[in-house]
Amino acid sequence: MLALFIRDLKLGVRAGGGALVGLLFYLAVVAVIPFGVGPDLNLLARIGPAILWIGALLAALLGLDRLFQADREDGALDLVIIARDRHMLALTVFVKCLAHWTASVLPLVIAAPLLGLFMNMTPVGIGAATLTLAAGTPAITFIGAVGAAVAVALPRGGLLVSVLILPFVIPVLIFGVSAAYGAVNDPDPFWPPFLILSALTLFFAVLGPVAAGAALKGGTD
Amino acid sequence: MSETQTLPDAKAGWFTRLANPTRFIALADRLIPWLLGLAGVLLATGLYMSFTAPEDYQQGITVQIMYIHVPFAWLSMMCYTVMAISSIGTLVWRHPLADVSAKAAAPIGAVFTFLALFTGSVWGKPMWGTWWVWDARLTSVFVLFLMYLGIIALTRAMDDPAKAARAAAIVTLVGFINIPIIKFSVDWWNTLHQPAAVFRMGGPTIDPSMLWPLMIMAVAFTVLFFALHFMAMRTEIWRRRVIAMRRIAARRADA
Repeated sequence: MLALFIRDLKLGVRAGGGALVGLLFYLAVVAVIPFGVGPDLNLLARIGPAILWIGALLAALLGLDRLFQADREDGALDLVIIARDRHMLALTVFVKCLAHWTASVLPLVIAAPLLGLFMNMTPVGIGAATLTLAAGTPAITFIGAVGAAVAVALPRGGLLVSVLILPFVIPVLIFGVSAAYGAVNDPDPFWPPFLILSALTLFFAVLGPVAAGAALKGGTD
Repeated sequence: MSETQTLPDAKAGWFTRLANPTRFIALADRLIPWLLGLAGVLLATGLYMSFTAPEDYQQGITVQIMYIHVPFAWLSMMCYTVMAISSIGTLVWRHPLADVSAKAAAPIGAVFTFLALFTGSVWGKPMWGTWWVWDARLTSVFVLFLMYLGIIALTRAMDDPAKAARAAAIVTLVGFINIPIIKFSVDWWNTLHQPAAVFRMGGPTIDPSMLWPLMIMAVAFTVLFFALHFMAMRTEIWRRRVIAMRRIAARRADA
């Protein structure tokens, strides 16, 4: 399993610059917002956490179709499914999700503080936004694995994955943004939404790989 | 597809016997006229009672929208439940009709959800002065509508009906598990961002003079849903037969 993690991590970082494209997309989305809403620094500081979250969500969804696509093209996915008696399929998918998150989504979390500066956020706000992103984005990858597994056989699956998955990640977005706001705005709490966000990540870490494994098994008869 | 499979009648239960599409079509042919007739009678009664029901002392005539709005909203949820049960049928029992049932229910559910949103919007304009508010209830129904559309898009995107059914079944079930989470989180989000509630649905308890037409309309639309569902399933089976026959004909033409 560790070997699979390292292999997927290497492939994710090297092949095709997928992680870099996701990062650039994130940068571009966040940079476009001030052109749309105007350069008012107070307004940007107020909507900053939401912008960081929406940008990260879109960038994470963008890279999701690559989760199983490359493995399907070179046949590795079939080997993984055949070997499901030795290695539980859900566990394999879980490790693949972790590797995908480390390669493509973790750079987004690391870039978030820099983009937070562009948004004129306070240091506490930047810290809170980064922390919530680090805790919440794995949930997007785990639940996104279901969409990626279902649409792996489709030629233009990428857009469909985003459409299918977006309703499911609304809770993650809600609790992530409210925790990020809660750290800055005094009356609002930080810990309750943050803990629920972590609970969502753990819940999806179970539900996502199991459902994705079932979808992969069903899709390759 | 196990279209031609025949089962021994005496041993198999009625549920398994229905796995034979021909038997199901025979049953549907017998049931549909009755269901449609019953739905028609109930709808006529319900509509008559709705129009003669007393007007609300605050909302006036616009309260009549409730008699169609509430059944639509109830059906939008019931239809998703039917789809989730069908999905379990697809994944666990591999019941051939479960695929058909889930596929046929999705567009009907999407239409009922859209109608619930639309009638709610028409009702909201005179009552709250706006077509749309980001209230928790409205938002979760809207998310449900998006989920219906996503599932329909997924089903349409795949050529092989059996594979499409399994993929859609998994997404439907994941969605079914997620609905309570989405509902809860949207409630949280709404109370956090606009503490003063825009309106209260449950407000005063409903008077029996309004409750009766509402109940009859709800039953009428439920019967109508099942009639439409049976018709859609029958159509889907016929469509698959036509496709299978075309393939056989094409193979014969080659030889």
